[in-house]
Amino acid sequence: MHSDPTQFALIAPATLSEALALLSNGRHTPIAGGTELMVALAAGRLQQKSLVSINHLPELRFIQTTPTAITLGANTTFTDIRRNPTIAAELPLLTLAASWTGSIANQNRATLGGNICNASPAADTPPALLVYDAAVTLISANPETRELVERTFPYAEFHLAYKRTLLHPGELLHSVTIPLPTPAHHHFIRKVGTRNAQAISKTALAAIATVGDHHTLTEVRLAAASLADRPVRLYTTEAALLNASLAAADITTTVLRARAALASESCPIDDIRSTAAYRTAVAANLLEQFLRTLPA
Amino acid sequence: MSETKSILGSSPLRKEGRPKVLGAAQYIDDLTLPGMWHGATVRSTIARGTIRSITFAPHINWSEYAIVRASDIPGENAIVHLPKDHPCLAAREINHVAEPILLLAHPEKSALLAAKAAIHIDYDELPGIFNIEASEAAVAAFINDPNDTDNIIWPGSSEGGTPNCFKNYQMYTGEAAPTESALVEAFEAADFIVEGEYTTGAQEQLYIEPNGVIAECDLDPVTGHVRGVTVRGSMQCPYYLVHALTLVFNLPEEKCRVIQVETGGAFGGKEDFPSVIGSHAALLAMKSGHPVKIIYDRGEDMAATTKRHPSRTRLRTAVSRDGKLLGGTIDVAIDGGAYATLSPVVLSRATIHAPGPYKWPHLRVRSKAMATNIPPHGAFRGFGAPQSLFALERHMDKIAYTIGFTPEEFRRRNFLSTGDHTATGQPLVEPVDMHHLLTRALADSGYHAKRAAFAESNQHSRIKRGVGFAAFMHGTGFTGSGERRLNSLVHLDILADGRPQVLVSSTEFGQGTNTILCQVAAEALHLPYDDILIHEVDTAAVPNSGPTVASRTAMIVGKLVERAANEVLATLRTQAALPTPHTREQFIAAAQRHHAQQGFLRASVRYEPPAKIFWDDDLYRGDAYPGYAWAVYVAEVAVDLNTYQVQVTRFDALQEVGRVLHPILAKGQIEGGIAQGIGYALYEKCVYKDGHLMNNQMTNYIMPTSADLPDIHVTFEEVPSLHGPGGAKGIGELPMDGPAPAILNAIENATGIGFNSIPLLPEDVYERLTSLTARPHGGAEDLNPVVDQATRTESPEVNA
Repeated sequence: MHSDPTQFALIAPATLSEALALLSNGRHTPIAGGTELMVALAAGRLQQKSLVSINHLPELRFIQTTPTAITLGANTTFTDIRRNPTIAAELPLLTLAASWTGSIANQNRATLGGNICNASPAADTPPALLVYDAAVTLISANPETRELVERTFPYAEFHLAYKRTLLHPGELLHSVTIPLPTPAHHHFIRKVGTRNAQAISKTALAAIATVGDHHTLTEVRLAAASLADRPVRLYTTEAALLNASLAAADITTTVLRARAALASESCPIDDIRSTAAYRTAVAANLLEQFLRTLPA
Repeated sequence: MSETKSILGSSPLRKEGRPKVLGAAQYIDDLTLPGMWHGATVRSTIARGTIRSITFAPHINWSEYAIVRASDIPGENAIVHLPKDHPCLAAREINHVAEPILLLAHPEKSALLAAKAAIHIDYDELPGIFNIEASEAAVAAFINDPNDTDNIIWPGSSEGGTPNCFKNYQMYTGEAAPTESALVEAFEAADFIVEGEYTTGAQEQLYIEPNGVIAECDLDPVTGHVRGVTVRGSMQCPYYLVHALTLVFNLPEEKCRVIQVETGGAFGGKEDFPSVIGSHAALLAMKSGHPVKIIYDRGEDMAATTKRHPSRTRLRTAVSRDGKLLGGTIDVAIDGGAYATLSPVVLSRATIHAPGPYKWPHLRVRSKAMATNIPPHGAFRGFGAPQSLFALERHMDKIAYTIGFTPEEFRRRNFLSTGDHTATGQPLVEPVDMHHLLTRALADSGYHAKRAAFAESNQHSRIKRGVGFAAFMHGTGFTGSGERRLNSLVHLDILADGRPQVLVSSTEFGQGTNTILCQVAAEALHLPYDDILIHEVDTAAVPNSGPTVASRTAMIVGKLVERAANEVLATLRTQAALPTPHTREQFIAAAQRHHAQQGFLRASVRYEPPAKIFWDDDLYRGDAYPGYAWAVYVAEVAVDLNTYQVQVTRFDALQEVGRVLHPILAKGQIEGGIAQGIGYALYEKCVYKDGHLMNNQMTNYIMPTSADLPDIHVTFEEVPSLHGPGGAKGIGELPMDGPAPAILNAIENATGIGFNSIPLLPEDVYERLTSLTARPHGGAEDLNPVVDQATRTESPEVNA
């Protein structure tokens, strides 16, 4: 332990509105499952000395299903996601991504909200949420009036830069809403980590697509982990692929074009886990694997 | 004798298993002594230089703390090894990152953090030497110009060694001069000369429980002098720590008491390092007047304590057209880190294992341990053998492909067998049958069928599969005259209630020492296993049966326990009318009778070298080990060309380790060693920057998880040895030697590419594959290593 726990304060308010009121002065840091912040504490890296626990708030832990969308509260744990049959049937990439994260013990505590707000470019759920066109709802309390303020954005706009998000000080992620894909959508996700379990991504690629009558890609959404300073949608590669042909005569050209587009918008780094060159090459291989498994 | 089921070869419950499973076992951090303080270590942040000043910030009330510096050490400022180059605390010179400079203790553990942060150390920094090549370059510069000592980081010592080189060996298959001449002729006559260079990386032991100790100091209330010290801790070798304390405190051995508590894994990482942390805690106990506990956390343990020696091995081999080794030279270099520590001994095992299980008509092995500004490398399961055997077993495949043989057939033409002499001139008196081991291992693993099937399926798949194997041996016990010098002693006591108790300094750290030694005693005494007690390892009570290292416990210490048991039996038969055969009740009655009539019964038995064992330390010739375990390991891999990841998909391990004492523990030892070997080959990389270990945490130091490991099939050939109890030989280190070369041989089978460095990470596979594509002409030989048989080949990259 490289921190002295007596130097930290933790408040655990009884309700969400109390939590928002406390947070509204912008001087506290919310903590949910703690699987990131407690590691930082042990390593002596946790700068925030005053924490507000939201871990126990039932207002933030729910999975709501409508005919067109699924909404997950920010406190939904990875285990909650893995155990939900509707998510497994409708959003299989999210179930898979949740199964990759940390250990079982981590998955029991770690929350979807924490995974998003921690804003690591290597996080497991963001690529799936990005290709599913998720939207995020943020809530806060007006510091003077205590009035509840709610904002909703496409998740693709949430990450601004390395570890920077749309969240204002005092604001909480309330929920993530994901429109249900159609049965015609093909889903793909693959993570390449440092090992098969308890691993952080070297890169990961998520994709969903529909294929039209003439072997053409009528819709394609791609997203990746660890290819940039934040989780990213790969818009340039998507544009290169839209209406591209998967017919046997064209697939090689389509793959090459997609790989080139991906290389052009990929800007990973060399770090302790891998190299930039490897990340770009493997992401392109995963994209090719996805394209070649689509029905031609 | 009554016909009962043999206890040896059965798998009784571990002696200490019950409290471990129930969570009742007390590890060092579970213990608290009255008035105990907590200690911490202030370490260097540079790799090389000198301390200019140490400043204590005024906002801390330093009078609350005990502070120890080098000048406080009552004895010598040295951790005991042959040369006394390794300071207990750095006084002025810094030779590696995380070198201990000051020790702090305080009643509150949390008060240590702020204090450490409030100590500022200024240095005059010098450029560091961080690998073997840089250390060699410094030697070359020094030889060229004796005034150029800028990069000489270790001067040599009166106990041996030369500038930047802790130790070197030359080992010949005969007299030096005639062997050199014979080698010249062998290379002249060779149809093929095959060369290769192979490197291995550092590896962290990753015992579950980090290093930790509690020390007490007995101070004379009048003079304040230290009258004695007691250290409890997690460790392998309590008498090593006793020895270290005698030097640091200038005390006689009987005033330095060491108690091993339950130890959560070691793998060599708690062989010599407890001498450092144990001395530190004892110094703080002296300074504070309180018991002091020091427990490293994972980050400190990984950054500051020993790892496996990185290595570079070059082989040059003369081979005939019919697949016979005619001669060879092997040059082994290991990176010893900043101080000599155990490097000479590790190097010795690397040297002696370098020739492998093969007949070499003429061979020269030269080896050296170089100094670098990295924390000292130390003992780790295998102890030098995994390094040189990796090189050899990769090279054997290279030779086979070069001369147009299969890896199997080439090895068969050169295997040692019973009656042959090893490269050190040791006659193999006990039966050795490598041919049979190879035949069985290849059959059990389906090797031939897989090779054929994969050759076909690889043509249509982005996942390339392959199989490979390694043939090797591991010497049991200390090298050469080592066991004679250790002069190990064990006691077997008969307690008042008639129960026998084993007293040894051999420690239990998960591998099964307690259990197998009690099995040996039970078997020899014809008593139930549950009747045998084993004494806590407390140097005030147990004799020095040697360190718990070198795969020596089962064979060497086990044999002493067996002899002690036989002595007890003989005494009870002659003096207490114990009948032959006897029942448990008769034994207890006789033991109690003896106790009543003649008092306490203790059998003490000392190591006696087998009469024929001979070893010459100067020539490095003779009987290197009392026995060898022999093995053939087969790895099956899948290389995914989408991700460049290598997955080991199946592993078969066949070994001849003499009589297997406890099949479940033995299988566990082999499986665990193979898992560590897979980590060594494919996952575990120590990333250094300017001498700092950058990945000193388990999220970034990647050890394989159960999800990364294949089915491991463990089988034994049981050929009883003369030397061990019930015919047992050593087993602990053997499984570390074979996985890495078997896996890289399998990767060459899968991809056609020979990789010669470990750890081999996906990024390395990617780099190699893309460089081959980019430069097709440069890489052609790599893709197809089988070359024209009539052509002599010499790889250009190697300067021997």
